Amino acid sequence: MEENAKTIESPPGSEAKSGFGEAVSNFFKKDLVQYIIKRLLMFIPTLILISILVFFVIQLPPGDYVSSEIAALATEGELVDADYAAQLRADYGLDLPLWKQYVKWVKDIIWTPTNSAYFRLYNSHHNWKYSFAYKRDVWSVIKDRLGLTIGVTFIIMLFQYVVSLPIAVYASTHQYSVGDYISSIIGFLGTAIPNFILAIVLMYLSYKWTGNANVGLFSQEMLQNGVHLYNFGEFLKRMTIPIIVIGTSGTCGIIRSVRAQMLDEVARQYTLTARAKGVSEGKIIMKYCFRAAMNPTVSGLGGVLSSLFSGSTVTAMVLNMQIQGPVLYKALQNQDMYLAGAIVMIQAVLVVIGILLSDIALAFLDPRIRYSGGGR
Amino acid sequence: MAKIKSKEDYYLASQWTLMLRKLRKHQLARVSLLVLLVLYLMALFADFLGPYGLDEFDGLYRNSSPTKVHTTFNGERVGLHVYKLTKSINRETFEVSLVEDTSEYYKIKWFVHGTEYKILGLIPADLHLFGVSDTGSNGGTGAKIYLFGADSLGRDIFSRVLLGARISLTIPFASAIISFFLGIAIGSISGYFGGITDIIIQRIIEVIGAVPQIPLWMALSAAIPPGISTIKMYFYMTLILSFINWTGMARTVRGKFLSLKNEDYVMAARLSGVSTWKIIWKHLVPGFMSYLIVSMTLGIPGSIVGETSMSYLGLGIKSPATSWGVLLQEASSVTDVASHPHKLIPIIFVTITVLAFNFLGDGLRDAADPYK
Repeated sequence: MEENAKTIESPPGSEAKSGFGEAVSNFFKKDLVQYIIKRLLMFIPTLILISILVFFVIQLPPGDYVSSEIAALATEGELVDADYAAQLRADYGLDLPLWKQYVKWVKDIIWTPTNSAYFRLYNSHHNWKYSFAYKRDVWSVIKDRLGLTIGVTFIIMLFQYVVSLPIAVYASTHQYSVGDYISSIIGFLGTAIPNFILAIVLMYLSYKWTGNANVGLFSQEMLQNGVHLYNFGEFLKRMTIPIIVIGTSGTCGIIRSVRAQMLDEVARQYTLTARAKGVSEGKIIMKYCFRAAMNPTVSGLGGVLSSLFSGSTVTAMVLNMQIQGPVLYKALQNQDMYLAGAIVMIQAVLVVIGILLSDIALAFLDPRIRYSGGGR
Repeated sequence: MAKIKSKEDYYLASQWTLMLRKLRKHQLARVSLLVLLVLYLMALFADFLGPYGLDEFDGLYRNSSPTKVHTTFNGERVGLHVYKLTKSINRETFEVSLVEDTSEYYKIKWFVHGTEYKILGLIPADLHLFGVSDTGSNGGTGAKIYLFGADSLGRDIFSRVLLGARISLTIPFASAIISFFLGIAIGSISGYFGGITDIIIQRIIEVIGAVPQIPLWMALSAAIPPGISTIKMYFYMTLILSFINWTGMARTVRGKFLSLKNEDYVMAARLSGVSTWKIIWKHLVPGFMSYLIVSMTLGIPGSIVGETSMSYLGLGIKSPATSWGVLLQEASSVTDVASHPHKLIPIIFVTITVLAFNFLGDGLRDAADPYK
């Protein structure tokens, strides 16, 4: 990554001087810092809009928490009169106008400390970040699985890029070869078959061939003793199906777009110039074409992250993985809307952070973006 | 002379004629179009093509694998026929399995009268393309023909795949059309007016795009009140899918507007006093309609997968109505799939449809590209 500071379109002769030092000095150039600050500031309205969207979603189900609690009380044989219901609504703040409810929700979800006396003693369920099903704070439910979710997503993402980039480069440098056709056929199938279906089929095949469906990320033994070096192999084995299922759909997309980009770049004038000057073919491909082709790939990072979360949600349910997907599903089934809303919100925020990082990386890679202001 | 004529045709041909011509040359797209046509026709005439109705079941046939069709009975050719299934108990394991009762055969008949239905929801009819005769060669009754096997309630998966196609194939299409118009309207407002309107709309698009799709779908579907009619459910699903999908279209439209709105012909129209909406719809939108149709086609597969996943998770269409996702619910655990692999058959239909839409979209994209 030493030569990142250089413009990607620079002619072959000019790259001799660039180096890591220049990259670093370039990184702290005023325009880049300005760009990053601008992007960080844009992060705030985006966050607010996401929270409004999520609030809208959790408000959608018919009835509110009080009506569901009254229904729950009724099944236990307790009768609730209208006064008590109104009292409850006032306690929860459900009689407030919508915008005040929104403010209360945001305040509760961000500022109420989990272990505060306020949360534990005074009104554990009067708080709007209370998970009805788990009977505890929404964040503590999410925290249990957040690490694993991010870890799994990261591993799959790594897998996607490690697999797809070499294939894309091969396919573009050997256009219309057998390998190219095979990779595009696999690519099409990967995007066409819905994730959860692929998961079922692979589970079935794994069961048929090995007698073990490899369901769940951890074996019984791992759940008891934790994951250590000696059973790490087993963990990786159990990761295979999720990686294939969630990874392939994105992999194919990346292969297709990088291949198309590479084909464009190979046809450019500067490639011809480099070739005429006697630069080796491998150097042309890797140093010039590939780097230029990486540009849209880097900017697509946020989208990849988003599709990974999407893909992993359903797949995790089919494969019974201990990540956030199944928790979200249960929460939605139980109308545990505060938990569901928080999970959707967390995933959205992670994606926005991903977009932010990819934008910054892009501005770092390609100076033109900083000057044009927007980039996206 | 012919050559000149064809050249003249080429230069005078409208954008659509050119697109059509290029599309015709794209083999894969042509085949895909044909496949999609067949699928949609199958969905339209599902009642006629499938031998059984939505509510028909047979407890005996629960989870039975696809019915085998035979041609010879005791070495004699008697035409296409099936055997009735009977329960047989393994004396050692006491496992109950279904085996064919080969003592008598039931002929397969064409154009039989069966469950009543309405053609296009209007004309009452009871004709089905095929079915088995009510009585067997020895006077027995009760044979069924389940080409794709039966589900856990003993319903015909073949008929249900066809009936389910109605929902699985039309919801994505309807939502694509809604998001098409929504996207054009909002995208054109954003691109044409610019300024603060543009900034707000762009942020909203960014946010909807940033929220991972399936979790958002799930959250929205969970918000659909339970116990509503199938038609309302259908309506809600369409709405949810369009709510999520319009953003891509709006982004494309906006980009096109930004590049076109300063063209001379737009300025000329404005100076002649043409109204804003007329400029948008008459002068700007037709200029990039082909691109929009391409991106609409490429957006449909995603919606199909979305609808299927939602129904599969039980957050979409619910029994007794059916869609491909509902049918796949039966294949949700390894034990189900391992003992009844035929329940994976609906997967083939989902995959074929998604592939066909992808290929068609790719073909359209190539055809719409003026540089090739």
